[in-house]
Amino acid sequence: MHGLINRAIQAFVCSTYGESRWRDVTDSAELGFSEFEAMLIYTDDQSKKLLTAMELVLERPLPEMLEDMGTFLVSNPQVEALRRLLRFGGVNYVEFLHSLDDLPDRARLAVSDLYLPPLELIETAPGQFKLFCQDGLPGYASVMMGVLRAMADDYGDLVILEHSGLQDGAEVISVTLVETDFAEGRAFDLGANLL
Amino acid sequence: MMSFDQLGDLAGKMAPMFVMLNADGQIERVGPTLQKLRPDQDWTGQPFLDVFDLRRPRSIRNMADLLGNAGVKLHMQFRDEPQTGLKGVLAPLPNGRGAFVNLSFGISVLDAVRDYDLTSADFSGTDLTIEMLYLVEAKSAAMEASRQLNLRLQGAKIAAEEQAFTDTLTGLKNRRAMDHILGRMISTGRDFSLMQVDLDFFKAVNDTMGHAAGDAVLQKVASIMVDCTRNVDTIARVGGDEFVLIIDGLVDRAQLDNIASRLITRLEEPIPFGGQMCQISASIGTVLSPAPVSIDAAQLLNEADVALYAAKRAGRACHYFYEPGMDSEDIDEAAEEVTADTFSSQADTSRSSGNTIADAEQRSNG
Repeated sequence: MHGLINRAIQAFVCSTYGESRWRDVTDSAELGFSEFEAMLIYTDDQSKKLLTAMELVLERPLPEMLEDMGTFLVSNPQVEALRRLLRFGGVNYVEFLHSLDDLPDRARLAVSDLYLPPLELIETAPGQFKLFCQDGLPGYASVMMGVLRAMADDYGDLVILEHSGLQDGAEVISVTLVETDFAEGRAFDLGANLL
Repeated sequence: MMSFDQLGDLAGKMAPMFVMLNADGQIERVGPTLQKLRPDQDWTGQPFLDVFDLRRPRSIRNMADLLGNAGVKLHMQFRDEPQTGLKGVLAPLPNGRGAFVNLSFGISVLDAVRDYDLTSADFSGTDLTIEMLYLVEAKSAAMEASRQLNLRLQGAKIAAEEQAFTDTLTGLKNRRAMDHILGRMISTGRDFSLMQVDLDFFKAVNDTMGHAAGDAVLQKVASIMVDCTRNVDTIARVGGDEFVLIIDGLVDRAQLDNIASRLITRLEEPIPFGGQMCQISASIGTVLSPAPVSIDAAQLLNEADVALYAAKRAGRACHYFYEPGMDSEDIDEAAEEVTADTFSSQADTSRSSGNTIADAEQRSNG
């Protein structure tokens, strides 16, 4: 699994549970190190051990933690870059949802060896969507759930999100847009980080 | 036939940075994004060339020139601040009614987005600007992560080098390793002898033939030293052209002199580099491990140094054993002589008879 993903897990655990808990997790996973490098590649086995150890040491169901991690990735100022990159996807939440189809390709444009499984958004009725998260990254749909929730806040829209089980091997998230411009949302200045 | 207004409405959606000119080269209408760059400016009726400074092609002076460059890529900038650079292309309108110019930011888009607070809505849906901004930002973030990794690796490399026992140029042991081994040998009370080897004329090679030649010579010197010693011996490069050999379990003067002599002979063989020959030699001072008297490493090294300088003083390419009679005044004198770079006092070498390496002496005499 790419270092960026492992590093994201590290940032989430350190920020939420503290550095010493993070070291407990890496010790329990018997990785032999406790710092992931964002630009190196780690084996899937290492990441699997890490996730197993997280559940064991932090004593919370993994899907729940991964969903929190998705929210953390968008809403924590520490990782502002990712939120900005996601906001480039669209000027409103619906446009953003549609841009998710391109997300794996966008990720690869930025970091050529970063693989994210395909995402597919289907509009089932006006304001009703299904997001198909394809297989390939453990906990992908849980993280995406957190990301979708936090991005809705970011755009100031009110949405209802639900796990809708498996369909053709893909985990499905149902998105219902209840109200646009429900809240203020966060500002997005296109040029804020340039130069 | 479409009217000017209809065309303007249409163009506003497809090319929000358009300018429409009348037959006299005056601005009739501009697109919404261009208007946003100068929100308070009334563009209508202003000559296009008064608002924009045409940088390329330079020859354009009037409307006729502009029409003559239809389809050509135009480079321009605003005449007033901020002088954002723009590129554009012009197409004549039918029936001599003027021209349509479509502008874009080109590479200045990064500054423009910031200077004018532009948003996605300011670019046409087919414009790739947003994708480009995304890429710039994504690449900067990725680059920053890589840079951080490089910095950490650099720090780790320096730390590793500081802890290393190997001289990276020659692959020999370094001073740290030598100190370590010497300390161990003294504390275990083993017999050994310590040779301090200093290259002669190495500085001249470095100065006249360059550092690459100097490095090549040092590497050759290292391999000669390895050849002339056994696996159990320690060879360390302790300074630029200074080496220490710790000869394990050997305190026999004749055998040691033999080793030193062979070493000097081999080191005096010209070393080829880049079509030229590098000629060096070496002076050696040796001290034998102290019998029962306890002594520290620093003192032992100092004694080897005293013997070395005696050898230098004797005219180089010599090997001296340390004798208690040699004192620091000798070193001072020797240092002066060495500085003066006299290679003339071969007569002096006879003074040290048994200590001097015979063949080296012969050569220098001859």
